[in-house]
Amino acid sequence: MARPEIFFPAVSWIRLGGLMPGPGAIAPRPAALAAALLAQADLERLIQLLARDHRVIAPVVRDGAVVCDEIRTAGEIAFGAVTEQAPARYRMTMPGDHAARWPTGPPATPWKRVLHPSELTIWRAVRRDGRLVFEPIDSGPPRRLALVGVRPCDLAAIGRLDAPLRDGPWPDAAYAARRRGMFVLAVQCTEPCGTCFCASMGTGPDAGPGADLVLTELDGAGPARSLLEARTTAGAAMVVALGAAEAPEDAADEAHLAVDRARARMGRALDTSQLPARLLAHFEHPRWETVAKKCLTCGNCTFACPTCFCTTVEDRLDLAGETAARLRRWDTCFSVDFSYMHGGSVRLSPRSRYRQWLTHKLATWHEQFGTSGCVGCGRCITWCPVGIDITLEAAAVADTAPRTGPTRRTGAHP
Amino acid sequence: MNPAPEIATATAAADGMLPEVWRVDRVRRETHDTFTLELGPERPGSERAFEPGQFNMLYVFGVGEVPISISGDPRRRDRVVHTTRAVGRVTNVMSGLKTGGRIGLRGPYGTPWPVAAAQGRDVVLVAGGIGLAPLRPALYAILHRRNDFRNVVLLYGTRSPGDILFRQELERWRARFDLDVHVTVDRGAPSWKGNVGVVTTLVQKAPFDPRNAVAFICGPEVMIRFTAAELQRRGVPLDDVHISMERNMKCGIGLCGHCQLAGVFVCRDGPVFPYSRVADLVTQWEV
Ligand SMILES: Cc1cc2nc3c(=O)[nH]c(=O)nc-3n(C[C@H](O)[C@H](O)[C@H](O)COP(=O)(O)OP(=O)(O)OC[C@H]3O[C@@H](n4cnc5c(N)ncnc54)[C@H](O)[C@@H]3O)c2cc1C
Ligand code: SF4
Ligand code: FES
Repeated sequence: MARPEIFFPAVSWIRLGGLMPGPGAIAPRPAALAAALLAQADLERLIQLLARDHRVIAPVVRDGAVVCDEIRTAGEIAFGAVTEQAPARYRMTMPGDHAARWPTGPPATPWKRVLHPSELTIWRAVRRDGRLVFEPIDSGPPRRLALVGVRPCDLAAIGRLDAPLRDGPWPDAAYAARRRGMFVLAVQCTEPCGTCFCASMGTGPDAGPGADLVLTELDGAGPARSLLEARTTAGAAMVVALGAAEAPEDAADEAHLAVDRARARMGRALDTSQLPARLLAHFEHPRWETVAKKCLTCGNCTFACPTCFCTTVEDRLDLAGETAARLRRWDTCFSVDFSYMHGGSVRLSPRSRYRQWLTHKLATWHEQFGTSGCVGCGRCITWCPVGIDITLEAAAVADTAPRTGPTRRTGAHP
Repeated sequence: MNPAPEIATATAAADGMLPEVWRVDRVRRETHDTFTLELGPERPGSERAFEPGQFNMLYVFGVGEVPISISGDPRRRDRVVHTTRAVGRVTNVMSGLKTGGRIGLRGPYGTPWPVAAAQGRDVVLVAGGIGLAPLRPALYAILHRRNDFRNVVLLYGTRSPGDILFRQELERWRARFDLDVHVTVDRGAPSWKGNVGVVTTLVQKAPFDPRNAVAFICGPEVMIRFTAAELQRRGVPLDDVHISMERNMKCGIGLCGHCQLAGVFVCRDGPVFPYSRVADLVTQWEV
């Protein structure tokens, strides 16, 4: 057998018609329900409108990087920040000529931090007088979230996270609660970064489904103007409430052109045709070993990844030993413990752990959820301390002609 | 970024991670390192049906939560029975639980042994070590409707005679004329008069028709691979061989990602699989 045979597990529970088109697919331009021409002052009003009944999260500057955090005014948004991103390199600058523009590229921190926190107490157990009580942690209906300034790749990433965390038979309660009634303002890209490859993954630089409002910065002299398009009724209501100037006929075309130009300027590319099959055909490719020699197995890529969702749980006992808080933390398939079973770990070699991560992102995710697990945001390339580039590794493995079958263990079947 | 862990905003009803409190009604020491817990729900009405092969997540206060298969009779809904080998942190503390103690339970989860699909055919159950526990509910279900099946064979291997689980029950099963029970040990002992050798050696002689048999295998993965190879050698199609798989599991419900085996979530798509679906994965290294 030339390659591991891949079958499709029971996926009937996957909510069909999910957010995302397949990789490589260019989604048709969704129709806008309403459109307005937005000036900078309108944006402040928009944030205030949203803040009435939402926790507003937007890209802000912290410690020399653009990250996602709660804001109260539009002034806190990282306008003017330009991020230079390359393998193992991230530099944020504030060149004056960029002043009123949205920060370029995806923020350093993935939005999953908000929807799927890195640490979370999920329940408490109390043991007293031989009795045991589980206390769900219920702080009532949370304030709805509004994510403002979401880049198209990250918009797609939310759809990818929905599949495992919200749309399965047992939704993740914390994720589902945060996701419920969430408002999203996406900002289409006109200036990709050096590690961006959304065009290859079919997720950008134009915004796919999932946003209530889609903003596109328009070029030209004079004060900064943006086109604001509503894609949902909630978004349309916001446009109406803003009372901003109606968009001229040609604004949509102008926006479309600007975004299309970005498509041609991607920092990176990945050939996604038949990619899952081409990767899985090379489970024993020598390249896995080569990359493993560089890889520190630190898991940075998984924490930076906007779709990596794996977690582990542990108990934190209080001093009296009466209360145990059940703490859930992000986990990484790069750790040896991740696959530990009594007697040893399934994936012991760094080679197998890197392979697990890459093939899950680009190949087996399709089998599980019908899409790629990678949205092409490039964070794993930027934040890898040794600059391993997923597009190069995947291509090196997948572009090889099919070769002899994998090595088998004892007890193998012909 | 923020050192204080955030608090989940979940409602109890929606949270699949929240265990329920169950009471330890009975503890039975099976072998030097294996014990059986009979559990009853603390809250009346929490009784639940399960199918042979399914598992629960059992939580031991302050220590952690582990997947353990149900080892009892699926017709008894008033209690849940688990047979566990103490091998590490959680299972060691669990083995110290006493009657009247409390445990957290979520489940049942996972795919069952396809008992119904075995009707009208020979059934071969092959167990290695603690692997007999997850198979026992299937055997109960089969014996309950014995006439629906043709030959029923149980092949069981352990490391030593002292590791044999459910000894009295095995004796009773062996005494039945409608059940073939063969036990083997890797290493014998002076008092041991039975088979010595790995369980795979029992496959060739076992009384079943390979073209009309269904096999269920549970044990260490290496034992599963060799047993499946032996069954295949006798002519059993791999579609008719079903195995129960183990992987690290932190949630049991498809959320934590730990149990992934290529495209498979073992907790949700398994743990019981037709061998034909996973053979290519379990015969490669470090998948
Ligand atoms: C579906 C399923 C059914 C199982 N049924 C049974 C059963 O009926 N009886 C029984 O004795 N054992 C069973 N096991 C194995 C049992 O879950 C492990 O022995 C147990 O998790 C060990 O935990 P520990 O903390 O005592 O061991 P440690 O060695 O301290 O392990 C630390 C942690 O690693 C993980 N881990 C270690 N070994 C395993 C393992 N084999 N499988 C999954 N996670 C592991 C657990 O999260 C565990 O808490 C089953 C496993 C699975 C996946
Ligand atoms: S990957 Fe695409 S969508 Fe994401 S920031 Fe870069 S250009 Fe924008
Ligand atoms: S055990 Fe968590 S996903 Fe399977």
